[in-house]
Amino acid sequence: MARAIPKKPRRPLSAACGNSAGMAWGDIASIGFTAVGLVFFVAGTVGLIRFPDVFSRLHALTKADNLGLGFLALGLAFQAPGWTEIAMLAMVWALALVAAGTAAQMVARAALAEGDKDERP
Amino acid sequence: MMALAFDVVLAALLILAALAAVAGRGLFRAVIFFIVYGVLVALAWARLGAVDVALAEAAIGAGLTGVLLLAAHGRLRREGLEADPGAGGQGFAAIGGAGVALALGWAWFALPEPATATRAALDSALPDAGVGNPVTAVLLNFRSFDTLLESIVLLAALVALWMLARDGAWGERLGLPQHARPGGVLASFGRVLPPLGLLFGAFLVWSGADDNGGAFQGGTVLAASLLLAMMAGLYLPPRIGERLWQSALVLGPVVFIACGLVGALVWGGFLVLPPAYAKGVILAIETGLTISIAATLALLVIGPPEQAHNSGGAA
Repeated sequence: MARAIPKKPRRPLSAACGNSAGMAWGDIASIGFTAVGLVFFVAGTVGLIRFPDVFSRLHALTKADNLGLGFLALGLAFQAPGWTEIAMLAMVWALALVAAGTAAQMVARAALAEGDKDERP
Repeated sequence: MMALAFDVVLAALLILAALAAVAGRGLFRAVIFFIVYGVLVALAWARLGAVDVALAEAAIGAGLTGVLLLAAHGRLRREGLEADPGAGGQGFAAIGGAGVALALGWAWFALPEPATATRAALDSALPDAGVGNPVTAVLLNFRSFDTLLESIVLLAALVALWMLARDGAWGERLGLPQHARPGGVLASFGRVLPPLGLLFGAFLVWSGADDNGGAFQGGTVLAASLLLAMMAGLYLPPRIGERLWQSALVLGPVVFIACGLVGALVWGGFLVLPPAYAKGVILAIETGLTISIAATLALLVIGPPEQAHNSGGAA
């Protein structure tokens, strides 16, 4: 299968700033930021399951989408082979942000129109 | 080790999502889990290195089919026909589904492996195909007859959907009137995203020649942009008889058949492509197909013409 991205092998940006302890600062940053992102995803999921009505559940969900995905993209950016991939990651996050925000508005308006009949068992 | 753990979790989630879609109560839940299942299948294809299939599954299998099912569910609910199939109906569906799975499994093991369809044969034929992406080469050169029929099936599906229109609604605009507030969030979103979608859809088609992408993936992205513009109230859905739309719907199959006939008359066989012209012809067919796929998919989601345009007064 023809793959687009690695046309020529490039060192990750993170490899350029390695420290003597054996673990590159870029890797530490990746682990840290993705961990923060995962915390937001877990919190968003818990909120989605536990919160009482549509609006607060939307609030939890969009936090996961916006901050969680943002921190994941930030963490992954330290592993990217070049600036093109970093720009792609930024675009993925920006587009997801706009789409999630719009979808949340739509769901909230629909819930408002239907009087927020809570259907949870 | 990490990769194995990821694959095991993915496979388990796939089976759970499939079970939840089939065995759960309620149509809406089944549709949602079907979409989740489609996203997971796309991930699985990506893990297997089949990026083209992953793109198609995410765009068509999960996205478009999911939207069609959601629209069907909404229609059933509006008309008060949303009923649970009951234990008997579910049992019948389970037996039918298991039967299809067994028959497919039997066919997979019973049929002889075709002698010509090996990776080595594909690699040796690829330089003559005109494109560098082996998937595109198979779809639009070596097995282009299948793709031609697929593009016609899509058109037939749309005609079948239009058959569901009530007599009095035939001349009306397609679908229900949209209720987006002018200047609201959806209207702004409908202005921001379609230009990006147009760019990305065209890129997917162009990149499909030598890399991942293709007419179906690009066409689905274009269809989504078109739908967004319609749902945001920025573009009114067409009526059935509009010439521009009719031309867009048949453009792909017409270009495809025309290229096939040229092959029959000049190059020695229906859909035969000589290596010197292959890339140009394939790109022409892909462009036509993309426009037709985009138009057909968008109109499939919008639905048959509805009388509500008259009484609703939105149009």
